Amino acid sequence: MPETLVFYLLAGLAIGASALVIGQRNPMYSVMLLIASFGALAGLYIQLEAPFVAVAQIIIYAGAIMVLFLFVVMLLNAPQEDAAEWDRLHPLRQPGIARFGAMLGLLLVVQLAWALIRAAEIGAPVGSRSDAAAVSSVREVGRVLFTDYMFAFEATSILILVAMVGAVVLARREDAGEAEGEER
Amino acid sequence: MDGWLGVVIMIVLGVGFAGVMIGLSILLGPRNPTPEKLAPYECGMPAVGDARERHSVKFYLVAMIFLLFDIEIAFLYPWAVALRDLGWAGFMQVVTFFLILSVGYIYVWRKGVLDWGPVARAVRRQVRDKAA
Amino acid sequence: MDLRFLIQLGIIGLTFFMLINASALLVYAERKVMGFMQQRYGPYLVGPHGLLQPLADILKLLMKEELRPRGADRWLFTLAPILSVTAAFAAFAAVPWGAETTLFGLLDEPVKLGVADINVGVLVVFAITSMGVYGIVLAGWSSNSKYSLLGGLRSSAQMISYELSYATALAAVILLAGSLSLRETVDAQAGYWFGVIPRWYVFLQPLGFIIYMIAGVAETNRAPFDFPEAEQELVAGYNTEYSSVRFALFPQAEYINMTTMAAVATDLYLGGWHGPFLPPEYGWIWFLVKVGAILFAYIWVRWTVPRYRYDQLMRFGWKWLFPASVVNLIVTAALVLALNA
Repeated sequence: MPETLVFYLLAGLAIGASALVIGQRNPMYSVMLLIASFGALAGLYIQLEAPFVAVAQIIIYAGAIMVLFLFVVMLLNAPQEDAAEWDRLHPLRQPGIARFGAMLGLLLVVQLAWALIRAAEIGAPVGSRSDAAAVSSVREVGRVLFTDYMFAFEATSILILVAMVGAVVLARREDAGEAEGEER
Repeated sequence: MDGWLGVVIMIVLGVGFAGVMIGLSILLGPRNPTPEKLAPYECGMPAVGDARERHSVKFYLVAMIFLLFDIEIAFLYPWAVALRDLGWAGFMQVVTFFLILSVGYIYVWRKGVLDWGPVARAVRRQVRDKAA
Repeated sequence: MDLRFLIQLGIIGLTFFMLINASALLVYAERKVMGFMQQRYGPYLVGPHGLLQPLADILKLLMKEELRPRGADRWLFTLAPILSVTAAFAAFAAVPWGAETTLFGLLDEPVKLGVADINVGVLVVFAITSMGVYGIVLAGWSSNSKYSLLGGLRSSAQMISYELSYATALAAVILLAGSLSLRETVDAQAGYWFGVIPRWYVFLQPLGFIIYMIAGVAETNRAPFDFPEAEQELVAGYNTEYSSVRFALFPQAEYINMTTMAAVATDLYLGGWHGPFLPPEYGWIWFLVKVGAILFAYIWVRWTVPRYRYDQLMRFGWKWLFPASVVNLIVTAALVLALNA
């Protein structure tokens, strides 16, 4: 059963790398491990005969979003997550908020467990459905995306537009301070 | 599935090649480090401070804009393959998509995000004067 | 283990071996061409016409000391060159380099020349090359040297900026071919218009080809876009602190990336292994000739054009190349639809 073996290998890699992402003290390592996790996910998509999703996962998540993360880590200059005074006083570390966060985490676990039980009820693995063929062909993805999901596609452009403006506005605020010491 | 095995073999060969080469050089090369040798290069002067300083927010902005356009390009590939089936309706959809995005592109351009160096400083001054 | 599988493995091994050779040969070719352009001999002492110079170089580097500067990150410092080289090798996996062949009747069913036949090949090349940026950024960050960090930062901003134009130019070719498979794209370019002009996409996509080539030079960090290692400003850029083999792996990755760039350009724009005079069984000779010509152009450009300034590079990429590639794509789409109906 090489298929099953590969599946467990990739799944283990994805989970292991993701667990290590939050276990690392050095954010640079976290970024690298997250990329490894995305790579394992792409492998799983390939196993599901969805090569386009796999490649998009690599191009957008591992190739673009993680570059952004890397820049943020370098921008903040945080070689270590040190427990400095200001860090311990961070608003997200207040007991009330921490408890709320823990509750959300618990809710997620319950939801995941419920989803798993339901999946066991359905029984059939996702890849064996008849619409799997539609996912595997990029041409089919294009045809469906630009007919049935036309509105969602156009709405995406608005979303991207808003994100672009938002990024510039947020960065400009910092820039105003930088402009004082202009000839840097 | 068959084709992907080739990619995996290539990755394994690449990692193996690099690993063997580095291992060989560790075996064959000499090893007598001195404090001067291990200092980061600074044109012969002792290095001042840490290299990992905070840097310009510009790089972050460029990465952000790149990410947004990259999403757009990922949509283009299935469109390009299926265009002959989609016809002019599909063509108009992508043109609309581009027109909406071009608003953002022009905004980013006018705000001087795409400018670096002396041009960027001039644009920044202009924007600030207009605001004042 | 049947014969077919073994031959497939043999082809993969051959491709890998040829890529290593290509990087060695390119080091030699670069120095030799540079020599002739500057009215010098270039390397000529080791072996006939200096042909063994790359071998001597790698042996020398093997004997040198591996240094890791103080304050450098132990793991990431070693991971960076490995990542660079692996991404370079893996990107070539999806590139076919010859027609189907039965190896002179040895096999009943023809085997395809190339590492992997993937129906989304173009996207795979694009995805894996986009991973190459991490090697350089990591090298820059982990070295704990100012020059390295600046080189890594500059290079990542440059690579992602030109990736947009590069990807959009590729989409226009996919429009014409109607397929994401590199092999199908090549086979769509077989034959001639009016019996004389080969049906290469370069004639339908002249602007796309130029954009692809310029973006390709920038993606591989070659002059005139070699800011990551601009020696007058950054000593050696992201690899300042590297020595011995760990250093050698970076230029090797660069040369393999160049080869991949040229091979993809050959497949997408220059008709791949199709050409006159030779039977399809020997099409790979045409492929090598075309890749060689593009690589020569790369080296030619490097020793002819001076380096840009960084703000010029960013301005050119974002304000000229990217809009041009989008207009090229839209016009191509309109023409494809108008002529198809």
